[in-house]
Amino acid sequence: MTAPRVALAAALVALVTVPLWVPGDYYISVCSQILIYAVFALGIDVLIGYAGLVSLGHAGLFGLASYTVAVCLAAGVGHVAAIAAALVVTLAGTAVFAGLSLRATGIGFIMITLALGQIMWGLAYRWVSITGGDNGITVPGRPAPFGLRLDAPSHFYYATLAVFLLTVVATWVFVHSPFGASLKGTRDQPRRMTALGYHVWLIRFYACMFSGLLTTIAGILFVYYAEFISPPTVQLTSSAEGVLMAISGGSGTLLGPIVGSILVEIVKNVASAYIARWNMMLGAIFVAIVIFMPEGLVPGTTRLVRRALKLRGPIPAGAPAPTTAAAEPAPGEPAP
Amino acid sequence: MSIWAVLAINSITFGGLLFLLSAGFSLIFGLMRIPNLTHGSMFMLGGYVGASMIVTYHLPFWLAALIAALAMAVFGGLIERFLLRRLSGSILAQVLVTLGISFIVADFCLMVWSGDPISVETPSALAGGTRALGLFFPTYRIAIILIAVVIAAMLWALLERTRLGAMIRAGVDDPEMARVVGIRVSQLFTIVFCLGAALAGFGGLMGAPILSVYPGLDTDMLPLALVVVILGGVGSLLGSLIGSIVIGFLYNFGLVMVPELAYFVLFLPMVLVLVLRPQGLFGRQAP
Repeated sequence: MTAPRVALAAALVALVTVPLWVPGDYYISVCSQILIYAVFALGIDVLIGYAGLVSLGHAGLFGLASYTVAVCLAAGVGHVAAIAAALVVTLAGTAVFAGLSLRATGIGFIMITLALGQIMWGLAYRWVSITGGDNGITVPGRPAPFGLRLDAPSHFYYATLAVFLLTVVATWVFVHSPFGASLKGTRDQPRRMTALGYHVWLIRFYACMFSGLLTTIAGILFVYYAEFISPPTVQLTSSAEGVLMAISGGSGTLLGPIVGSILVEIVKNVASAYIARWNMMLGAIFVAIVIFMPEGLVPGTTRLVRRALKLRGPIPAGAPAPTTAAAEPAPGEPAP
Repeated sequence: MSIWAVLAINSITFGGLLFLLSAGFSLIFGLMRIPNLTHGSMFMLGGYVGASMIVTYHLPFWLAALIAALAMAVFGGLIERFLLRRLSGSILAQVLVTLGISFIVADFCLMVWSGDPISVETPSALAGGTRALGLFFPTYRIAIILIAVVIAAMLWALLERTRLGAMIRAGVDDPEMARVVGIRVSQLFTIVFCLGAALAGFGGLMGAPILSVYPGLDTDMLPLALVVVILGGVGSLLGSLIGSIVIGFLYNFGLVMVPELAYFVLFLPMVLVLVLRPQGLFGRQAP
């Protein structure tokens, strides 16, 4: 198992040296944005991939965190207090979200999260005296943790990278812990888990809270990244982008949402330079991925690579290569 | 006091529009087990198609409404036949596909009809007002309420009094059993999807003289339909009707009394219902 380690080390080196090999500040900012959305997508993936719950309201939580920071800063509160307030407010919001959405599972869960997310959007848009309505809120500046100023894109990138790596490690620990195993149990066999004495509802609730924590972190990073927040960030489109990132990369893996966010953000930033119809493309990608590669890019590619390696490798005695390939699961299986 | 009467009429009117939207949504959900997230888009697209018929081709309002409904029925039928049918068995994939289509439709409308709202004139026969009980009511709003009531009655008759309705009810209650006794449930899917889409498209044009047609109308209406169905219960016609009127009142009174929190007010009945009766007021316990 050395190949994955080499790949991991290479990825880390590539991430750390981004400001050296990425041309120009604009693209360094795009990289920061990718990392922020990767944290967001990880949060959504914890629910989709490990709990089997699809949320279409996560942009509401993301926006709640961003707006809390922005409103606090606009009121003259310090950065530490603003971030603490965002954590408290958004986690409380997540608890309400989860408490209501978990009255149902499956499709009911999607519907309730969607409605709740749109209500958050309605608040951001209409509650003008707090949120500034369509004009949004401009954030006066980025914090300077330990005296390090984050104004330069590369500095902000490193701060984002540090937070990103922490959240990835935390998520890894979370999904590989015994709790993560029981969470997967509630996804696959809720009845058996209940019979085994697990409190399925509570396990799902905790998963929602962890997902909400990641979303809060992404929201806080985002408001400092953009130094601005307005209702479109809270829209259904943003929730859907997050879901697209999680499922396009491959839900139920940690690499999947990261690859998905790289894909979506690059397509979005590059495509928006050439065509104005980003939403149409988003929808088309969505439909195409769901129909043609329901398991996502990471598991899909892994499957193809494995098959290619097996085909090229030495033919095991008594088992000709074509048979091995044919024994692989057929593409286009329905998503779990 | 008359301001309250006017507000109440507006609320019932809005409730009527919501019913046109949510009745189909609820039926599709009840039968196919998926929330059709293109439903808001069909409302908007129906509005745009109808408005174009009136503004560009100068067709009479009711003909335009018929064309909008038919266009959406065809559109819904195509989505059901060529996309959702392919994904049968994977409910999540179906939901995500409807979401993807709703983005495509929203952007398509922006491309074709630009970002400016299109307002449609009230049909001349229904312009002006009617005096009743010493108050002055806009005739068109009264007409919408009547149309919603007529359609509700027709849907009720269809579901409760015809063979097709009995088959649909059987499909909603127990699709496997319905198949066993020889009902072609997949054909019902297409029929109900077309019917729901047509009602949404029709509602889009009916609402146009009041709401006008604008980009974002889809995401304004879809959550309202969701809340109505959460309130009323999935697959229940009566639930959609009551839910629509409740939401119509809350939304309109909310807009006037607490304009900044109008959307938030909708949250309250939803919370109450979810906590006390998660299957909705008129929904049955999930099997």
